[in-house]
Amino acid sequence: MSGLAPSLPPQALLEVDNLEVSFVAGSRIVQAVNGVSFSIASGETLAIVGESGSGKSTTGLAMMGLIQRSATTAISGEVRLRRKADGECDVLKLSGRELRKVRGNDVAMIFQEPMSSLNPVYSIGAQIGEAIRLHQHVGRAEAQAKALVLLKDLGVPNPEKCLTSYPHQLSGGMRQRVMIAIALSCEPSLLIADEPTTALDVTVQAQILDLLATIQRKTGMAIIFITHNLGVVSLIADRTLVMYAGQVVEQVPTGELFERPRMPYTAALLRSLPRLDNERLAGERLAAIPGSVPNAGHPPDGCRFHPRCDYSVEGICNGERPGLTACGTDHLVRCFRWREIEPGAAA
Amino acid sequence: MTDTGALLDVQGLRKWYELRAGIIPRVTGHVKAVDDVSFQLQAREVLGIAGESGSGKSTIGRCVLRLIEPTAGEIRFHGKDISRYGRNDLKAFRRHAQIVFQDPFASLDPKMTIEEIVGEPLQVQGMVSTRRARRDRVAGLLQTVSLGLEYLDRSPHELSGGQRQRVGIARALSVGPELLVADEPVSALDVSIQAQIVNLLEDLKDRFGLAMLFISHDIAVMAHLADRIAVVYLGQVMEIAPKRSLLRGTRHPYTEALLSAVPEPGVRHRQRIVLEGDVPNSIDPPSGCVFRTRCRYARAECGGQRPQLRMVAPDHYTACIRDDISLAFVGGGKDAPASNEESSRVQGQVLGHPGIGRVV
Repeated sequence: MSGLAPSLPPQALLEVDNLEVSFVAGSRIVQAVNGVSFSIASGETLAIVGESGSGKSTTGLAMMGLIQRSATTAISGEVRLRRKADGECDVLKLSGRELRKVRGNDVAMIFQEPMSSLNPVYSIGAQIGEAIRLHQHVGRAEAQAKALVLLKDLGVPNPEKCLTSYPHQLSGGMRQRVMIAIALSCEPSLLIADEPTTALDVTVQAQILDLLATIQRKTGMAIIFITHNLGVVSLIADRTLVMYAGQVVEQVPTGELFERPRMPYTAALLRSLPRLDNERLAGERLAAIPGSVPNAGHPPDGCRFHPRCDYSVEGICNGERPGLTACGTDHLVRCFRWREIEPGAAA
Repeated sequence: MTDTGALLDVQGLRKWYELRAGIIPRVTGHVKAVDDVSFQLQAREVLGIAGESGSGKSTIGRCVLRLIEPTAGEIRFHGKDISRYGRNDLKAFRRHAQIVFQDPFASLDPKMTIEEIVGEPLQVQGMVSTRRARRDRVAGLLQTVSLGLEYLDRSPHELSGGQRQRVGIARALSVGPELLVADEPVSALDVSIQAQIVNLLEDLKDRFGLAMLFISHDIAVMAHLADRIAVVYLGQVMEIAPKRSLLRGTRHPYTEALLSAVPEPGVRHRQRIVLEGDVPNSIDPPSGCVFRTRCRYARAECGGQRPQLRMVAPDHYTACIRDDISLAFVGGGKDAPASNEESSRVQGQVLGHPGIGRVV
């Protein structure tokens, strides 16, 4: 095992420590992920929330070992994982061969657009069967039988017919179920779901979220759910990481995220959402956040959010870079002024 | 036909796409993308058209502007049926009605400058005669959408998504329309940018007295902007009502399920009606009520006649024949009924219809 066995806390399944990913883009170095650290336990759901360019998807890809080091790509930090067998490993130090054993077996991933993740010229049965046979020593017939059971468990109507169908014959919701079936085929202990319901209609989204929660209750699998949708976060996540411009700016138990956000960005984002309740029906203007997400090639000095922040103070927020500070139980915030301000109060 | 005084009066709009098969292709069926849709839009009014993918909501918007040719139906704009307009009349009509598209990355020509993009409709309509006049008009339009004049000579790729959508809106406004069809105008934008564009649309509506067809799958955004909301499913209008009446007291089971499926930030436990299965095929939709195959209140008689929209409250129309059901208010919010009472009532209903709908 080339991945050394670093000390993983006993309750943790995965621990990410100071993850950095940077790309060379033209003449600039883009720090897509900047010092991200967190851990997740079995049976837990962690949401990573952010807008485009926040680094949330890059974090997910790096955890799967899907970003290759190259002349234009640098990765550092540790992604310590407790494997089902073979103890602990650092995903970032594994060889390609070892990575292939981890992927699918220990950690599986599903993506936003199921159509682009499925092969259009193979039947659904062939594709689920392939995933099963890669990791388990079973024959074709047995793999098909397992695939059938999986589809049945996932509430696919007429699973026999689904096995012989091709991706284009299925609806978006069914395709995402097939992706989930492939991801779950080897019973991974961690599922990384990158915007799995974003391309789906709300009623189908409700079905898929339900399904993931049911599977988790049955198997005790941990889920990292990457999304931009704060409504989805409140339905599924135990804890939430809020990312902005490549950094974690707040880490918080999900209930507290909505009741008492401490990072001005989180609070502003929550306030800017149109909602199906009274305030919105009154028809007043939405509290928009001014400006736009900074270019990752040259983030602002000091706090990366300060140019758009209502609470920013000249000489404090535009000077040094703020670190993550504990501001409550299991609650971290990246703000110089968190002691003096209550950004969630205006909501 | 009588002139109802509405800015836009759509009656019996239908868009069927022919399906052909065989060596000598024959019509073997129709995709009923829009099937007998009627509604009116008053001047300065915003009508939201809510629906999921495949519901026909975008097709409705495009038919209204004749970007897609409707199969049947009347589209009256200021009392005149534009569905029969020829080329010249249609061109004149486009001064009065414009569209904003969803994807500002796909809808702006990458080889044109912002000035050319925004000024093109002005030239096509012969509303500017010199380059100087065009530049001045475009500069004014950019100001209207809060974009600096430094963007005049830039290309779309230099702009962020929110800025591009501002350009798309400026272009639509350039000819001074009375009617704007906004087809998912904020769906492709980041969360923190959506609110900026929603606010901009609201300002422009007030400032220029625009009427709007606001097409979206996002009911929360729509509920912010719209005066009335029409809910469409499989090419048909299920319910159309003033937004408060619809959101607080829906009278259609599909609207109930749709609203309950919207995840609200900060609301973890709430009754959700999870619809089983997929939307049926629009080539061969269910008989009678098209929603009945997924409806937890469906009865045998729902499969008979196609239900007509009927008035159940002032200006509130529903296409559900059942008068004896009380739909749950399942949307989040502060004046929702006490949850215990609510959940027992909802569960009671579900027990009567095992396997059709579930409340989570």
